[in-house]
Amino acid sequence: MDLIVNAFLFVFNSALDVAPIVFFLFVFQLFVMRERIRNVQQVLVGFVFVTVGLGLFLVGLEQTLFPLGRLMAQQLTNPEFLFELTGHIGDTLVWQDFYWVYLFAAAIGFSTTLAEPALMAVSIKANSVSGGAIGVWGLRVAVAIGVGVGVSLGCYRIITGLPLQYFIAAGYVVVIVQTAMAPKMIIPLAYDSGGVTTSTVTVPLITALGLGLAEAVPGRSPLLDGFGLVAFASLFPIIAVLAYGQLSVIRQTKPVAVDEEEELPEEDKHAL
Amino acid sequence: MKDSLIALSKDALSSLRDLAPIVLVIAVFQAFVIQQPVSGFLSIVFGGLLVVAGLTFFIFGLRIALFPIGEDLAHSLAHKGSAFWLFTFAFVLGFGTTIAEPALLAVAEEAAEVAVGAGVIADTEEAISNYAMGLRLVVALSVGVALILGVLRIITNWSLPIMIIGGYILVVIVTTIAPAEIVGIAYDSGGVTTSTVTVPLVTALGVGLASSLKGRNPMTDGFGLIAFASLTPILFVLVYGIVMQWI
Repeated sequence: MDLIVNAFLFVFNSALDVAPIVFFLFVFQLFVMRERIRNVQQVLVGFVFVTVGLGLFLVGLEQTLFPLGRLMAQQLTNPEFLFELTGHIGDTLVWQDFYWVYLFAAAIGFSTTLAEPALMAVSIKANSVSGGAIGVWGLRVAVAIGVGVGVSLGCYRIITGLPLQYFIAAGYVVVIVQTAMAPKMIIPLAYDSGGVTTSTVTVPLITALGLGLAEAVPGRSPLLDGFGLVAFASLFPIIAVLAYGQLSVIRQTKPVAVDEEEELPEEDKHAL
Repeated sequence: MKDSLIALSKDALSSLRDLAPIVLVIAVFQAFVIQQPVSGFLSIVFGGLLVVAGLTFFIFGLRIALFPIGEDLAHSLAHKGSAFWLFTFAFVLGFGTTIAEPALLAVAEEAAEVAVGAGVIADTEEAISNYAMGLRLVVALSVGVALILGVLRIITNWSLPIMIIGGYILVVIVTTIAPAEIVGIAYDSGGVTTSTVTVPLVTALGVGLASSLKGRNPMTDGFGLIAFASLTPILFVLVYGIVMQWI
């Protein structure tokens, strides 16, 4: 019984979440454009799908992505697990002891970004904007490495408790310097790519990972240190796309092919 | 009917593909690195199925109902609408899509729970939902403003890098006076706002607008809207934190 009431509540809540955009679109269509809505039936069915889908997704999120992110953070920072690996214990742990956390973060960032459909769309557009100079696959791999390094660096920040704004401000400086040197046509695309690479599934998982880390590592507070992974995951794609744009210009002037993946980690080091 | 089924299964496949890398990486780590039994394994698997089903229905519904109307509207307003309606549309589009964004919902609730844990807000259901809702409204408002700025930029052809870099500098300055506990949430909200619902509709608006103006290239001038939508939430949430501190 409780389950039915809960499910009903979730669906009702998600109907409220979707209501504003549906209302605005209808008002504009009917009163500003003065056009009838075609396929009213299909639109209504679609609205039901959106509402039920959002409700189910949020229930699943509570049961899966949040617990998984926290669980991974707890297990990878578990004192016994770390002791087996390093022989250190408690307060004598140094940030290097958490290397499995960095590897896990990098793997999650890299793999989810590589599979992200929005990034594929951006890469195809970048390819045509640059007249083929920017490769679709090269760009995707570059951005995925960027996000992997970004999330990993974000975990390092949580574990050490350094202020988030220093890292982000340094990242902005890198972006500003790159903007001055990168080909003009790639700039709007690069700036947009920061927003599109973090998908609906990835965001909850890495948020839970960050909060779990801040809860598990001694001396860290979830509120002060736990957030910020998403910010890293949104900043590094901009740097990666700009770097790849710069690289493709260099490659055009030099006949000898440069290894594409070599350049990116170098760019990332400046952000440190 | 048959077409819808095909479309639905395509959406199911793409939801699976979204989740696949996460499942794969976690499975490898569990099997080879952690090597411990996972508690609540069945509940996690069941939840995973709910995530895939939910995302599938959500995106399928968006595609048959909201996206066609939204994209049509974005195109026709960009081509013949008055400036007033264009800006109003940009604002409500940003606001409405952000309120419906699942990732933002999830992160706002998590932020509220963390705030309770740290004693920033009271541990009552009302206080939690107020905090989460307040955060979502501020972020939605900021995305609305972002789209107004972005549309203004496309029309006036102002320089995108100068506006964005100016925004970054503003973010860094405001951070210095913002309370420490809001900084992480603020910086994260920039990346959270733009996903499933927002990106397709906003891109349609930008590209439609750039293709309706003379001498603009939709390929290069149509972009940049998402960039504003990732920047203004940081600024607005920081300011929200400062204002809440005074109250």
